[in-house]
Amino acid sequence: MKCSEFLHELTNYLDGVLDDKTKVELENHLSWCHNCYVVCDTTKKTIEIYRDSQLYELPEDLRSRLRSAIMTKCQQQKKRGPQSV
Amino acid sequence: MGAIQNKLVEPVSDELALVRAAKQGDDSAFEELVRRYDRNVFRIAQHITQNREDAEDVVQEAFLKAYSNLTKFQEQSKFYTWLVRIAVNEALMKLRRRKPERTVSLDEDIKTEDDSLPREIADWSPNPEQQYTQAELREILSKTIQGLPPGFRTVFVLRDVEGLSTEETAAALELSVPAVKSRLLRARLQLRERLGRYFQKRESGDGTQ
Repeated sequence: MKCSEFLHELTNYLDGVLDDKTKVELENHLSWCHNCYVVCDTTKKTIEIYRDSQLYELPEDLRSRLRSAIMTKCQQQKKRGPQSV
Repeated sequence: MGAIQNKLVEPVSDELALVRAAKQGDDSAFEELVRRYDRNVFRIAQHITQNREDAEDVVQEAFLKAYSNLTKFQEQSKFYTWLVRIAVNEALMKLRRRKPERTVSLDEDIKTEDDSLPREIADWSPNPEQQYTQAELREILSKTIQGLPPGFRTVFVLRDVEGLSTEETAAALELSVPAVKSRLLRARLQLRERLGRYFQKRESGDGTQ
């Protein structure tokens, strides 16, 4: 496997959807190509850091304010009868 | 090294029951759907708009639109995927209003060197995120993802942050599966390269020890 082929398969590899044969070829490539190993490892870390970051969590007080605003508007909408918003 | 693990599998078994009750006029069932997905919609909206007030508006508008159009929901996809599609459209509209000088579209053709290896290949420190406080890390992550084109960060947030499948992401964004995969690869690689500025191994003697 060449570096460009590794890159082409990287997303499928990280998502765990590669067929066994390609996976073996890719892991064989990673065993000797340090650059691709680093790209693979740090891309995986990138995803994990974002996934675990709790970026943009909705604070509870804002959450309940938004929810009651939504439900109030929904009820007003219901009273007005069906129409497109 | 292996595949990344998806963090969440949302309970969907009773989702359809809630949707059907809400369709029959049961507002408490709809409120339960709001409770279930408001945090996800807010995260997605803020990732796309990069603006807290806009994200709050998107949450309200997306749920109100879902409520008003519930009878049109065909139940051929998950309610959540349908809701995400509404929320993404609302968020993109906000972004267009805020940045009218720029074309904001999920279909924009973003030229990058698709099939070439990233230029900078420097390894990261072990556990690089631990070099920063939680607040610093959030600032870094937020700044970094802001630099990505909206079409890339939308795909990234749906797939990698919210854990939607490739097919669900494609359905929510009305993109083909290959388009989602290609954007996801480029988004991941661009974020990786940009985060490298903060997370790369330092040369010895720079005072980090």
